[in-house]
Amino acid sequence: MKTMIEFTIDGVGVEAEEGSTILPVALENGFEIPHLCYHDEVSPYGACRLCLVEVERGGRRRLTASCTYPVLEGIQVLTDTEKVRKARRMIMELLLARCPDREALQELGSQMEIEKPRFELREEECILCGLCERVCREVVGANAISFFSRGYKKEMGPPFRDPKACIACGACVYVCPVDCIKMEETEEERTIVRWERTLPMKKCKACGQSFAPWFQLEYIKEKVKLPKDFFDVCPDCRG
Amino acid sequence: MRERLRNPENLERLRQKLQKERDPNKRRITVCAGTGCGAYGCGEIISALKKELKKRKLQQDVEIKVTGCHGFCERGPLLVINPQKLFYQKVQVEDVPEILSETIEKGNVIDRLLYVNPVTGEKIVHEDEVPFYKLQERIIFGSNGSIDPTSIEDYIAIGGYRALAKAFFDMSPEEIIESVKRSGLRGRGGGGFPTGLKWESCRKAPGEPRYVICNADEGDPGAYMDRSLLEGNPHSVLEGMVIGAYAIGSNQGHVFVRKEYPLAVQNLRIALQQAEEYGLLGEGILGTGFDFSVRINRGGGAFVCGESSALMASLEGQPGEPRAKHIHTVISGLYDKPTNLNNVETWANVPLIIDKGDQWYAQLGTEGSKGTKIFSLVGKVNNTGLVEVPMGITLREIVYDIGGGIPGGKKFKAVQTGGPSGGCIPESLLDLPVDFDRLTEVGSMMGSGGMIVMDEGNCMVDVAKYFINFLRDESCGKCTSCREGTQRMYEILDDITEGRGKRGDVELLEELGWVVAEASLCALGGTAPNPVLSTIQYFRDEYEAHIKEKRCPAGVCKALIQYTIDSELCTACGRCRKACPSDAISGAKKVPHKIDQEKCIKCGMCVESCKFDAVKVQ
Ligand SMILES: Cc1cc2nc3c(=O)[nH]c(=O)nc-3n(C[C@H](O)[C@H](O)[C@H](O)COP(=O)(O)O)c2cc1C
Ligand code: SF4
Ligand code: SF4
Ligand code: SF4
Ligand code: SF4
Ligand code: SF4
Ligand code: FES
Ligand code: FES
Repeated sequence: MKTMIEFTIDGVGVEAEEGSTILPVALENGFEIPHLCYHDEVSPYGACRLCLVEVERGGRRRLTASCTYPVLEGIQVLTDTEKVRKARRMIMELLLARCPDREALQELGSQMEIEKPRFELREEECILCGLCERVCREVVGANAISFFSRGYKKEMGPPFRDPKACIACGACVYVCPVDCIKMEETEEERTIVRWERTLPMKKCKACGQSFAPWFQLEYIKEKVKLPKDFFDVCPDCRG
Repeated sequence: MRERLRNPENLERLRQKLQKERDPNKRRITVCAGTGCGAYGCGEIISALKKELKKRKLQQDVEIKVTGCHGFCERGPLLVINPQKLFYQKVQVEDVPEILSETIEKGNVIDRLLYVNPVTGEKIVHEDEVPFYKLQERIIFGSNGSIDPTSIEDYIAIGGYRALAKAFFDMSPEEIIESVKRSGLRGRGGGGFPTGLKWESCRKAPGEPRYVICNADEGDPGAYMDRSLLEGNPHSVLEGMVIGAYAIGSNQGHVFVRKEYPLAVQNLRIALQQAEEYGLLGEGILGTGFDFSVRINRGGGAFVCGESSALMASLEGQPGEPRAKHIHTVISGLYDKPTNLNNVETWANVPLIIDKGDQWYAQLGTEGSKGTKIFSLVGKVNNTGLVEVPMGITLREIVYDIGGGIPGGKKFKAVQTGGPSGGCIPESLLDLPVDFDRLTEVGSMMGSGGMIVMDEGNCMVDVAKYFINFLRDESCGKCTSCREGTQRMYEILDDITEGRGKRGDVELLEELGWVVAEASLCALGGTAPNPVLSTIQYFRDEYEAHIKEKRCPAGVCKALIQYTIDSELCTACGRCRKACPSDAISGAKKVPHKIDQEKCIKCGMCVESCKFDAVKVQ
């Protein structure tokens, strides 16, 4: 059995398992904290800085990212102070100035009543949250994409711009918080547009429908040691 | 052949033997072969000295000692002639025969090679009379000038490894930690964390094995004290690490050195090997059951790799990116094991504290910062180099007494301390005692120990832009606040210096600076706004002049200045006309010259060339 930790969020007592961090506990308990680079299925990273809260511990109060801060006995978490609002607003302004046409960001921005960022607008799509990379590495296990360069030149993509390790599973498409990884599918092939990866689809021997990229199925067969003909028919026909 | 030392008595006997062999009255020429003097060609001087000695059959009587950096690199190559302690500077290969015939053989001083005090014009004969050295307190750095870094015997002869023997045989690990706590030593890597406390937490942390690491990444482009210590006295760092490892209970150490420091790596490697031969490192140190070995790891070079969590990530072979560390690295560091990281200079302080006692050590410095600190003094100051001063010395003493003041009769404007993310401190605070807390209070920091002096010719907006430019490049780019924030601060500063500044820019910089400092993950973002916020705090009028009057008071920002010729002062000599690369100056004999603003590219050549101060910058 895991040890339970007690602490407060905005004055309300909460309980959580040792080892978790503040953000998921706050969300479960109905507190609202905006967040972009956090996802339950992958490890926290602390990149977007939108989930900032104030944490008081041992008499010292400081601004910190709630997705990476561990739950600790007796801490007081404040999710809606003047400082928190001021900092989140500026982070949002910075993100909006970087990626002005992302709907998810526009929505968050308007919730914070930001009309227009005070910085020159750029035309990026990716906010460098790193979720796609973590899902690809930690969940899919393909390690097909990574960060490269640093500072304001940082980018996300396949190493050396060669997507050869991508199995076109689409997991990254699903987790991207600003919807900038597009997937296109036809009868014959599937393309992950952002990584410029196109793979042929496997057709079911029974019903003739295409059901997944051929490469992805090969990869799964390899990983979990399935029989050679396992994916000859689609899951529907397999029953 | 080095025989293994099996107990402290062996070590003492060896020391006595070595000391007897080293006659302090022997004629000795000490040549600095640090990186600075190396660049000025000391290698050739050393070979020339050897050749000349041989020619004169003096090799038996006169010893040549090749040492690490003495600190006064600007004056290199440096030679000190013992036993008189004659100080020769800017020595050239051509001077070598004369040094031998005049100084060594006849005992005459060669006037031309003496150092001239730029303030008084006085010639200085002896090393310890040079004002640059006189006010320093060189407890850490001093030995650099007297030992050959590739000889462990030199180090043992001056008392080396005595502290290690004392720590192992007269003290328990807890007593060592208590002693380091009482000494008041704080980390020299920038943060100023109390070293004894860190050791204690690491010793008490559950989990095996424990690691100790020496941070020699030194990413601040202007700093080179860690490099000079490792190059010039590697055993002092090593001895500190062995004592620390024993106190903490660690058997594995790492030195993380940036890859641009080949000489440091080479000298450290030699030191490791020699210490192992004597049994001062490796298995069963000094006959005890304690084992400790050290590995050298070469850093990739990015500034952020010096940050503790990024450093440990790169040691593990992962991208050198900082991680959130609400669980401190002393509990969960390298490979998630208890890990104690200290800076090179911090480690070098340890043997002194143990050897001379924490009480002795704690006398030096201020209430909250004990001991000394090595600074890299550069910029608009007469004497530049590495200076080791007691904590609590004032900025004025460093700039004027050690640094010899501002050259060319110019006026002091500010001193920037702490490396790229330090702040700029104005003249009104020159009497500030230098220690960790005072520097932070005024919006700067101790940081890496960089110290850049600026005069009236420096534009503070331009200075802020320069540092932010470095930091936006070096940000790892993980957090929005640091990555986007430093980039936007740079853009705003660039606009201001280019004449595109708008009302509200300063306030926006302040707001942004607050968020970058408060919301970022690691201390790079946490301190990055310092150069901007401190220049706004102390030099707001310069920002206003750029924005409202489109004027750069220091005459630096090209878009905001104009070169004109004062016809009263112009003698029509024509020098500027010839110097101008853009054909912008017209005039004839006896006719005062004029600058065509359309053609002028603002290169400043005319100012340089005019002997009558007739070209004005506005
Ligand atoms: C961006 C950044 C760069 C750093 N670079 C160095 C460095 O080059 N050398 C160093 O000793 N500490 C550096 N530090 C500080 C280390 O994180 C760490 O605090 C220090 O090595 C601990 O040693 P100390 O307690 O002896 O100071 C850096 C910190 C940051 C945030
Ligand atoms: S689609 Fe490619 S990049 Fe995306 S998660 Fe799957 S394997 Fe990784
Ligand atoms: S592509 Fe999407 S998920 Fe990947 S880093 Fe960019 S914003 Fe995040
Ligand atoms: S503060 Fe800057 S350097 Fe530090 S982790 Fe964030 S982006 Fe990287
Ligand atoms: S600043 Fe340069 S280009 Fe302009 S007048 Fe002087 S020398 Fe010519
Ligand atoms: S160099 Fe000076 S004095 Fe000579 S012509 Fe130019 S402005 Fe006049
Ligand atoms: S969700 Fe916490 S930093 Fe992004
Ligand atoms: S390298 Fe010779 S004094 Fe520094």
